[in-house]
Amino acid sequence: MLLQALAFYVFAAVVVASGAMVVVSRNPVYSVLFLILAFFNAAALFLLIGAEFIAMILVIVYVGAVAVLFLFVVMMLDINLVEIREGFLKYLPVGAMIGVVLLAEILLGLGVLGAGSSTMTALNKQGAQVLAIDNTRAIGRVLYTQYFYLFQVAGLVLLVAMIGAIVLTLRTRPGVRRQKVGDQINRTKEQAMTVVKVPTRGGV
Amino acid sequence: MTIGLGHYLTVSSVLFTLGILGIFLNRKNVIVILMCVELMLLAVNINLVAFSIFEGNVVGQVFAMLVLTVAAAEAAIGLAILVVYFRNRGTIAVEDISEMKG
Repeated sequence: MLLQALAFYVFAAVVVASGAMVVVSRNPVYSVLFLILAFFNAAALFLLIGAEFIAMILVIVYVGAVAVLFLFVVMMLDINLVEIREGFLKYLPVGAMIGVVLLAEILLGLGVLGAGSSTMTALNKQGAQVLAIDNTRAIGRVLYTQYFYLFQVAGLVLLVAMIGAIVLTLRTRPGVRRQKVGDQINRTKEQAMTVVKVPTRGGV
Repeated sequence: MTIGLGHYLTVSSVLFTLGILGIFLNRKNVIVILMCVELMLLAVNINLVAFSIFEGNVVGQVFAMLVLTVAAAEAAIGLAILVVYFRNRGTIAVEDISEMKG
């Protein structure tokens, strides 16, 4: 139990520290790399309480797709770093004040929640027996039956996002010659060749 | 010393606040703003999964997956818009993005 607590504190500290580095880092590439670190450690936090499936999905989707997409865009765009850092110190007092107030409010809310935690632990013990089957199987049983339509809508959201991203970034450049297979196949004999009767000693 | 729901909720609230702070501090850089939105969605996911595990109800993890889906779609669309904007204007400073103002 002590080892679990130690692991939790290590992972939580790394998540928070790398989240802070995402915000204050000078170079956007470093921000993306710290974001990846934060996602890995959040996945470790999920593993610690037994949500293995979400942890793996987090690593695959966030680190494998979203973070790489960010890295790709950051490296593709030629950004002026000096210009982009200009307002950082100007907004620091206001931003820090809002952040501290918000965090204090959330933690106060958590304190109120902690007051009613006796009922929560009772529920927890009851729920531990329900989750006797492994995590992935439990999710599958709910996801493919009760929330099947929601699952389909999630797929639709991804399809719309994919089509939208392709339509937005596709550009047809004028003046580029490329093979038009349809036109080539549709050519008939009449379009392609003419029979010329060449007179003798006359030439074409 | 057992790790309870409160520990996870504290981590997620700190992460969420960091995301909001990042949006305030990096007012000029759209990419970092998008990354901060991702941080906030990660905090939401930690909340959902923690409640799901400690309450013994698996539905929270299903919803965490849906949040993940929407986050991925949002990142793809946002970055596509960013690439198109950069191609047209050659800059991504937030203050210059005012063409749609009435």
